Amino acid sequence: MKQGYWILAVLLSHWRRHPLQLMTLMVGLISATALWSGVEALNQQARASYDRAAAVFGGSRTAMLVGQRSSSFSQQLFVDLRRAGWRVSPVVEGRVRVQGRPLRLLGIEPVTFPAQAGSIPAVGAPDLKSFITPPGEALVAPETLTALAGTEGAALRTDDGESLPPLKVHARLAPDVVVVDIGLAQSILHLQGRLSRLLVGNTRSRLPPLETVAGDMLRYVEADAGTDLEHLTDSFHLNLSAFGLLSFLVGLFIVYSAIGLAFEQRMPMFRTLRACGVSSRQLNGVLLIELLVLAIAGGLIGLACGYLIAAGLLPDVAASLQGLYGAQVSGALALRPEWWGAGLAMSAIGTLAASATSLLKVIRLPVLAAAQPYAWRQSQRRWLGWQGVTAAAMLLAAIIVLTLGDSLISGFAVLALLLLGAALALPVLLALVLRIGERSSRRPLVVWFWADSRQQLPALSLALMALLLALAVNVGVGTMVESFSKTFTAWLDGRLAADVYVNAMSEAEARDIEASLRARQEVTAILPSGRAEIEIGGRPVEILGLADHATYRDRWPLLESRPNAWGDLKSGEAAFVSEQLARRLKRRPGDRLDVGTPTGDWSLRIAAIYADYGNPKGQIAVNIDAFTTRFPDLPRTRLGLRVSPGKIAPLIDDMRKAFHLDESRLSNQSTLKMESKVIFNRTFAVTAALNTFTLGVAGVALLTSLLTLSHSRLPQLAPLWALGVTRRQLAGIEFLKTIFIAFITAMLALPLGLLVAWCLIAVVNVRAFGWRLPFHVFPLHLAELVVVAMLASLLAMLIPLLRLMRMPPAALIRIFSNER
Amino acid sequence: MSASPKISRRAFATGLAFFGFGRSASLAQNFAGLGGDASGFASVMPGKSFEFPRDHGPHPDYRVEWWYLTANLRDSTGNALGVQWTLFRQAIQPGPQREGWANQHVWMGHAAVTRADTHRYGETFARGGVGQSGVDAHPFHAWIDSWQMRGLDRMSAMNVAPLEVNASHEEFSYALRLEADKALVLQGEAGYSVKSERGQASYYYSQPHFTAAGIVTIDGRSANVTGQAWMDREWSSQPLAPDQTGWDWFSLHLETGEKLMLYRLRRTRGEPYLTGNWIGSDGQSVALSPKTAEMIPTATTDVAGRRLPTGWRIIIQDRGMTIDTVPLNPESWMGTRVSYWEGPVSFTGTHRGVGYLEMTGY
Amino acid sequence: MVDISSTTDEAAMHIPQAAMLAIQSLTKTYCSAQEQIAVLRGVCVHVSAGESVALTGESGSGKSTLLHLIAGLDEADGGSIRIDDTEVIALADRDRAAIRRDRIGLVFQQFNLIPSLTVADNLAFQSRIAGRHDSHWQNELVDRLGLGNLLKRYPEQLSGGQQQRVAIGRALAVRPSLLLADEPTGNLDEATADDVTDIALDLVKRTGCAFLMATHSTRLAAKLDRKVRLSAGRIA
Repeated sequence: MKQGYWILAVLLSHWRRHPLQLMTLMVGLISATALWSGVEALNQQARASYDRAAAVFGGSRTAMLVGQRSSSFSQQLFVDLRRAGWRVSPVVEGRVRVQGRPLRLLGIEPVTFPAQAGSIPAVGAPDLKSFITPPGEALVAPETLTALAGTEGAALRTDDGESLPPLKVHARLAPDVVVVDIGLAQSILHLQGRLSRLLVGNTRSRLPPLETVAGDMLRYVEADAGTDLEHLTDSFHLNLSAFGLLSFLVGLFIVYSAIGLAFEQRMPMFRTLRACGVSSRQLNGVLLIELLVLAIAGGLIGLACGYLIAAGLLPDVAASLQGLYGAQVSGALALRPEWWGAGLAMSAIGTLAASATSLLKVIRLPVLAAAQPYAWRQSQRRWLGWQGVTAAAMLLAAIIVLTLGDSLISGFAVLALLLLGAALALPVLLALVLRIGERSSRRPLVVWFWADSRQQLPALSLALMALLLALAVNVGVGTMVESFSKTFTAWLDGRLAADVYVNAMSEAEARDIEASLRARQEVTAILPSGRAEIEIGGRPVEILGLADHATYRDRWPLLESRPNAWGDLKSGEAAFVSEQLARRLKRRPGDRLDVGTPTGDWSLRIAAIYADYGNPKGQIAVNIDAFTTRFPDLPRTRLGLRVSPGKIAPLIDDMRKAFHLDESRLSNQSTLKMESKVIFNRTFAVTAALNTFTLGVAGVALLTSLLTLSHSRLPQLAPLWALGVTRRQLAGIEFLKTIFIAFITAMLALPLGLLVAWCLIAVVNVRAFGWRLPFHVFPLHLAELVVVAMLASLLAMLIPLLRLMRMPPAALIRIFSNER
Repeated sequence: MSASPKISRRAFATGLAFFGFGRSASLAQNFAGLGGDASGFASVMPGKSFEFPRDHGPHPDYRVEWWYLTANLRDSTGNALGVQWTLFRQAIQPGPQREGWANQHVWMGHAAVTRADTHRYGETFARGGVGQSGVDAHPFHAWIDSWQMRGLDRMSAMNVAPLEVNASHEEFSYALRLEADKALVLQGEAGYSVKSERGQASYYYSQPHFTAAGIVTIDGRSANVTGQAWMDREWSSQPLAPDQTGWDWFSLHLETGEKLMLYRLRRTRGEPYLTGNWIGSDGQSVALSPKTAEMIPTATTDVAGRRLPTGWRIIIQDRGMTIDTVPLNPESWMGTRVSYWEGPVSFTGTHRGVGYLEMTGY
Repeated sequence: MVDISSTTDEAAMHIPQAAMLAIQSLTKTYCSAQEQIAVLRGVCVHVSAGESVALTGESGSGKSTLLHLIAGLDEADGGSIRIDDTEVIALADRDRAAIRRDRIGLVFQQFNLIPSLTVADNLAFQSRIAGRHDSHWQNELVDRLGLGNLLKRYPEQLSGGQQQRVAIGRALAVRPSLLLADEPTGNLDEATADDVTDIALDLVKRTGCAFLMATHSTRLAAKLDRKVRLSAGRIA
């Protein structure tokens, strides 16, 4: 034990004498752990939120019975079904406003609530009584309590004057949801004796058919993983995870090079230790402990940084999840013990993986081999050949996976193989470029320039690989994001063609609104529209009814269409299909599509395919008149208005006053557009932030590599100085070499980045979201990145160069005489 | 007729059903938890005059109440089986019954079938006030979900017969018709059953004289069955003593036509309290003297992580009775939210016959 | 007290009782890609406690190999090495390391100090891991070696002679039974070499350990009790 302590003290003394190396190692470890764990924290937070949401929904994880014709149905159906043996539990749901804040009010019945629907409220044990007996309880998430500025036990009123039972916090609820006992909910929502849906418990019993009990009043909705939030958002999280993992790898690159260098420098120390009677097993054991100590120290700091990153990104992630999928993610980051454990484990495993080769070398260390400086790097050189072969194999594998694979995972595999293959190929390519340079030079100093650059390559290659990866990913993601925003703006103009959107409370109100609008001159067109939810292939699909009007004909974002598509649509026998639905169903214009409607099957011809970016559900569009015929029971409450420019705001004000429409029922196109853009910007803000982090980490990798290299390069520079090259000249040469190598790397990163962008747009996005963006190249963005990369290299070189320029001649002399 | 703390067995079940919803907390704690809640409910007083069919119906002023049926049956090839049907009511707040979801009663149903090699059970819960569960006195109808016990045409209020009873769950179902040619039996002193020296009591009557016939289906296999059945009706508001940990309870049909109800109440400290009633073939119920009866465990079974005494020797000196009981299925464990052992038994010795054993608090 | 044997096994008959180090018929062959090189072909050497012996010979005569085998840094092909009556050849790496730690002091031509430790820590290192650190003894060593005002320095801040004195101090700090030195003065100028050798000899006398020093300097070898000469893998 004590021996181990002294050995550890000796091993650690190295870091005390080489703080820069320790810093490099730590930066690698910290950035690897921080980025990975930050992303993981975000994912965990989101998943925990989904669980909470699912607990409230009893959501789509539980089969449900819903009203066939209207949103609510008689409570007697619940009793009838129970008496017939159906294990159903009633739910009533509605929206209320409290202090102006819209909340979802859920009334549940805890005694019959099916266990698999999630652990609704703390209606486990003793709380049941207080929940179901007067005055009852209003269960809310902690965030909701805070948002309402309430305290537990406070009894609030809705803005309509209904009183809510006393508030009680329930940690596992989703934000902005209030859960009360069913009877209270019915009275608050003015739905006495009515239910919104029935949750169906799992049972193996044979049940009487639904129709014999409930007639045609209810519809059975299967428990469906496909509509589950977790499923919907999977691809979003996969994206995040992929970036987290990439950052982790870049960080490990640094760890690998720092540890490799530290081990190499300590080889003589290891030999001395062995000579002084430390057994090989002891030495390896203590080395392992040292690595773990470093890993845990770095891991802990990394986790703290990861927490900060996650906390910083959470608002954007939450906003984009809410915007894209309607998923509520709680805004307060709550970390679980598993997260800490996993973070430290990743850090430890990463460190061990990065140091595996070095450790193996020490384990096999013959005590007597004469200390060979730079043995580590020389062996690196031998690896170059192997690296080339591996790189080629990886790129080949990428092509194979691309042609054979069909899933999102395989899409990411292509991306990973492409990036790794390219990274491995980089030193080989650089060596080639430098050799060509060397061959074509005559002047001795220039020849030396090329030769020495080539000699430096192995030591720099890890940092350069990191730079290449970071740049390529930046180019890729940047290109994708910009392609998206360019496309998205045009697309929004097409999709949000009307100026004002109205959704009336009832059909009667809709007719009133229509009548009042006809009297207004500034309203140039009133376009009724419809929306219904159907199922195609067992998954939910939206069906839109569009008016036959120039507003749509001119702007609807068609991607592919048959001649006279709008004419066909008007006939009621054709439909437009959203891109993602068409891809999923593998249909093209001209194919037929059968749609189940309340009035029977509807066979439609696909007249066109249109872009519907960002919608996780499939969508089809049909003519509004045909839609109304096929869905006769659906209240016709939706109207789109064309309004003369400049008259929109007063019109909206008037309508708000006249019909008491809130913003969920009356919206302005420009507001909608702005909101949509904000959502999408935030979606990509996360990716962009991670991107920047990755570039930063690559910069640090470059800096630390150059710093360590500059130290060990002095023996090579000292003879030149002795031959009469000034320190300033030496610094100039060093500068040129590094900047040249970095530049070539950046140039190689550009095509790689465009390839990555293509992969993201044409492979990953299509597989993740179902839509494909047009591919645009943004030369300015590329130039900008090259400049950033050069600046990063410049910055990284600054310290070593200054050090070289200021090095006292005496130091150079000593190096010259000592090391030669 | 002696003091009968038998209420404890049922009160345990309902009490725990409510206060320990989903938990198997220690019994004593749950009893203690029950303690404060009796105020505001009607008290059980001696001298009540029972009136039927009115008293077949619910007594919402009292906190707990149940309709409890066990049947010892045989199929056409002579194999023994048992059936249980139970409906519990508990008021979670005193006061007049409120309408709709505001109603303060919670109902719990248990049903089970037992063969020598199989034991299947199910449970269900309901809120009062909306019609998912309830009891009507006349015409008699007790139900929860699709499970029900219903008086048939011309039902005799005093005999509580004829009745039909049915239940179904995932793996089993049954439908029985019950007949009785003797009147129900008031337990305790004319139905006033004192259960402790402190004066806690229940109203309590039984119909132990049912004959039963019907169909039992287990795991998809149906059998025609016949046999005898025993119904208990009890209601009260009184809590239990904090030191009661559980009980071992028998209802036995003797081949002579006599019936025996016997149980012992276990306490954390001190001897178990033992009592019961001997019901003659003429229908007269006589309390046993605690001093003359003994219940001795003779065999144990490990089930659901617990060790239970499933074999018993019962000695009743003044009746010249020494019998040994054997469970039809030693693993008759009710793994419901409130869990206990309940299953058919048979016995031999000075007397022979069949019956039911319930054991709680293990 | 002195016994210089050549190749034969009979020499074993003459081993003095007090021999701290007894080497019998030691052989070692290195395999290279092309050929097998027999470095040691049956070497016998004995060194008694308190005795200093110079091991001389041409470069490549196997001096270093012999020292490495004695120290258990390398494995012999045949023969016997007994240190203080322990046969080291048969021992596992772990046990050889323990012997090296507890009973042997090693001094190399390249000093082999640990660059990241101060002089004081370098001195104390081996005795610490051997669990027999003795601060009185260390202070005495510091005095004798003249390192008093260098204790807080790092090896790179020392001259060669100073470094070698630290190395000798480290080797003797454990009070070894056997001090092995491999060309300890090879990197030093003549005056410094004399100085270092004198200090080492003085300390060897004080501790009473056996001292075997490989050197190609006859001048230095003359300072020791006796010389053995290694030639063509044998003691000449």
